[in-house]
Amino acid sequence: MSLFTLFISGLLINNIILTKFLGMCPFMGVSTKLNSAVGMGLAVIFVIFGASVLSWFLYYGILVPFELEYMELICFILLIAAFVQFVELFVKKFAPELYKSLGIYLPLITTNCAVLYVAMDNITQKYTLVQTMVNSIAVPAGFMMMLVIFATIRRRLNQNDIPKAFQGNPIAFICAAIMAVAFSAFAGLV
Amino acid sequence: MSEKKTKGQGFFSRLATENPVFATYLGICSTLAITTSLNSAIGMGVAVIVVLTLSNILVSLIAPITPDDIHIPVYIVIIASLVTIVSMFMHAYTPSLFTALGAFLDLVVVNCIILGRAESYASKHTVVESAIDGLQQGFAYTGALLAMSLIRQFLGTGGLSFSNPFTNNVVFAFRIIPEGYEISMFTEQFGAFITFACFAAAVAAYKNYLAKPAKKGAAK
Repeated sequence: MSLFTLFISGLLINNIILTKFLGMCPFMGVSTKLNSAVGMGLAVIFVIFGASVLSWFLYYGILVPFELEYMELICFILLIAAFVQFVELFVKKFAPELYKSLGIYLPLITTNCAVLYVAMDNITQKYTLVQTMVNSIAVPAGFMMMLVIFATIRRRLNQNDIPKAFQGNPIAFICAAIMAVAFSAFAGLV
Repeated sequence: MSEKKTKGQGFFSRLATENPVFATYLGICSTLAITTSLNSAIGMGVAVIVVLTLSNILVSLIAPITPDDIHIPVYIVIIASLVTIVSMFMHAYTPSLFTALGAFLDLVVVNCIILGRAESYASKHTVVESAIDGLQQGFAYTGALLAMSLIRQFLGTGGLSFSNPFTNNVVFAFRIIPEGYEISMFTEQFGAFITFACFAAAVAAYKNYLAKPAKKGAAK
């Protein structure tokens, strides 16, 4: 698989939100405002890229030589938690304004299933380092794209007259269902 | 007030209004992804019940001696170890289920319900209380999975089927919607989102219905 097809498939065809249902919590929580959607998207791209590359080195540098592959899950989640904590400290120190605007969402990236999924998927698919890098930019880029698209849709939704029971998240899920149908058209792209 | 109490405190209404999935939107990722068949829904539900109960017990035991700064990593390591154990057991005894759940079995680690209960309940309560809470939440989650998968499998494949995960023998399988008339979209992503939206809306409507008489009483 060429790097370009890998990128397109991660971004559109196998969009992580619409086809894998991962990262739903921030997707529903943060997609109400455009600004926080962009900030969250950028933070997730950075965390997924860093965590995936680090866990690739961790897996092939430490776990494989010592035959500890079954420790994959525990090691990866620890690494992600530590990495997020590190990023949090770094942002707090050097970009206090960004830190304020991201608020609670920054530490919550640890429990974003997309991060763990991408790190583990790179290993199961036996990607090389370069493929890992491309994949771990494409997938969170798809995540950010969906966040931004959805933030704009929800702004329109708020002005509409929606049955009381469907207000808020349920109507957002219906929109997601329709978008999933639209995105399934990308399946024939590669 | 008393009327509201009797109306809202029944087992099934509490299952709906306090459901971690439909009412508070926790653990949605796995709910949407693996509810295509009854088999994987039950398998996932059992895995979550086991992990959630054990993690609640362990967390409530070690919470008093955990330093505040690092409590999240500590809890996550406990949960990850439990998930690794459960997934090894499933790989050994129920290989078909293990393949059906795929990556989502490992992703139980980041299921918000488990860390959420550890953080908000188990760390502040005794061992027995935490164990009971873990069972309750786990069964509520399983109930949500079952409800979703019943509808999706019925509409998507035209019937229901369940096979014993240990032996792969079919326990029951029947078909009501004739072949060619099933809505296969319901086993795909579209069905997951639509079914979830309808359940969430139903729970919200039920909550509104419960809240109404109380408001009227206050106005009088």
